[in-house]
Amino acid sequence: MARKPLVSIISAGLSKFGKREGLSGRELFVEAALEAFEKCPKLDPKKDIQALIIGQMSESFEHQGHMAPTLSDWAGLLPAPAIRIETACASSAAAIRYGIMAILSGIYDVVMVGGVEKMTNRATPEVTEYLAMAADFPFEQWNGVTFPGLFALMATAHMHKYGTTEEHMASVAVKNHHNATLNPKAHFQREVTVEKVMESRVIAWPLKLYDCSLVSDGASCAILTRPELARRYTDTPVQIIGSGHGSDTIGLYEREDYTTLKSVKIAAKEAYGKAGITAREVDIAEVHDCFTIAEIVAYEDLGFCGQGKGGKLIEAGETKLDGNIPVNMSGGLKAKGHPIGATGLAQLYEVFLQLTGQAEDRQVDGCNIGLTENVGGSGASCFVHIYEEG
Amino acid sequence: MAESPPFTIDQFYRFIGEKRIMAAKCKNCGSVLLPPRPMCTNCLSTDLEWAELKPRGRILTYTVIYVAPKEFEQNAPYAFGIVELEEGTRLPGTIKDVKFEDLKVGAEVELDFEDASKEWPHWPRYLFRPVKPS
Repeated sequence: MARKPLVSIISAGLSKFGKREGLSGRELFVEAALEAFEKCPKLDPKKDIQALIIGQMSESFEHQGHMAPTLSDWAGLLPAPAIRIETACASSAAAIRYGIMAILSGIYDVVMVGGVEKMTNRATPEVTEYLAMAADFPFEQWNGVTFPGLFALMATAHMHKYGTTEEHMASVAVKNHHNATLNPKAHFQREVTVEKVMESRVIAWPLKLYDCSLVSDGASCAILTRPELARRYTDTPVQIIGSGHGSDTIGLYEREDYTTLKSVKIAAKEAYGKAGITAREVDIAEVHDCFTIAEIVAYEDLGFCGQGKGGKLIEAGETKLDGNIPVNMSGGLKAKGHPIGATGLAQLYEVFLQLTGQAEDRQVDGCNIGLTENVGGSGASCFVHIYEEG
Repeated sequence: MAESPPFTIDQFYRFIGEKRIMAAKCKNCGSVLLPPRPMCTNCLSTDLEWAELKPRGRILTYTVIYVAPKEFEQNAPYAFGIVELEEGTRLPGTIKDVKFEDLKVGAEVELDFEDASKEWPHWPRYLFRPVKPS
């Protein structure tokens, strides 16, 4: 306790994730915003919210650019100024980071941060093409690698160097699918088995269909204020006590080691340093499991286990809901769904629920400190945030 | 002395069209820049020269892509790897003429070249093939 918070979260909202037929991104955002408003009756959104910062990966899905003022309008916040930030799959964690800065700069007292992506209106080849834009064009895309392909390259390297197995990766899918059955907002609410994952069709060896996250529609948001104002709005704020941001080359091939993401280590170091804690003090985490291998690498890069020991950590069940360090209680990107721009704030939403005791059937008892890790592309961007109850 | 061709990705692919793998070398700090760039990212110098690299290397990691982007669908499944060239720089690319079960980290490959694409940006492609044991 008595750590100095950067800002306080006074409310958060999340749309249902999934194939939300007939709903556009702005309508999904209203769904998330309404939940955040309803959860915080002392807030007068029109009067109190001074700015909106949103994360969204691509205007291609909906053929709609200039999304920030559109969402400010749809959420009833105009003339609150709005801006969009893009760091591929990490776009809405970037919104959190810049929301913190907007408040710490002294310019604003109350800021809404949001994330949105509408994806399922497009056919798979188009979705694949739009997502691939977050990878290097002249060498990676041009030569035919896909996003699953890039993470498959990491998986092969990890298997070769540390003896990680396809079964280890499948176990991540099994755990996260189980957690998603307890999350009514998750896209996919069915258990899977290691056998089912192993037998699913190969997408990019060694990754199979059930090693991959879901193409989903969704929106997410949170309302931030300075800590000294938080109790005006709620008795149960959650404090953001650490924030970190790392960047790396857009090309995976340009990096020295394919078994780790340097941007994650840089972001984690900054976030832990700001919070004044170590990995050991983290009770729960939502990490970027866009592919199952990414969760195993995240365990290591965030310091939940030693380098190369991620496979053993999942094997030992330590990251299950009743384990030592539960990871992806929400079902993760794997089973809750991965509407790209909404993901970073969806992670925050889960930690917010957990730290305020609202996570119902998937509630982890006695958790005080939570962490989110949101990765952009194949690791050219990463944001880590650390949260504390009260 | 004739002026150097520009240190651009487009020029890199023009050299690929001549079946040469070329990197930019920084005359100030000696860094080898692949992809070539207009400025050395190590020392920020723009005093560069082209250097031809040996078209051989070894596989650092690999995958086999079954679900491919539209343009590559007719080739799927295909092997794709990141290769470290003999002089230490790295390139991603497809690995042709290899049985998937023979793919191995550390396996030696050589570069080969394909004709220019008909589509924008009209670049020819390089690719890798396993070095046959002699």
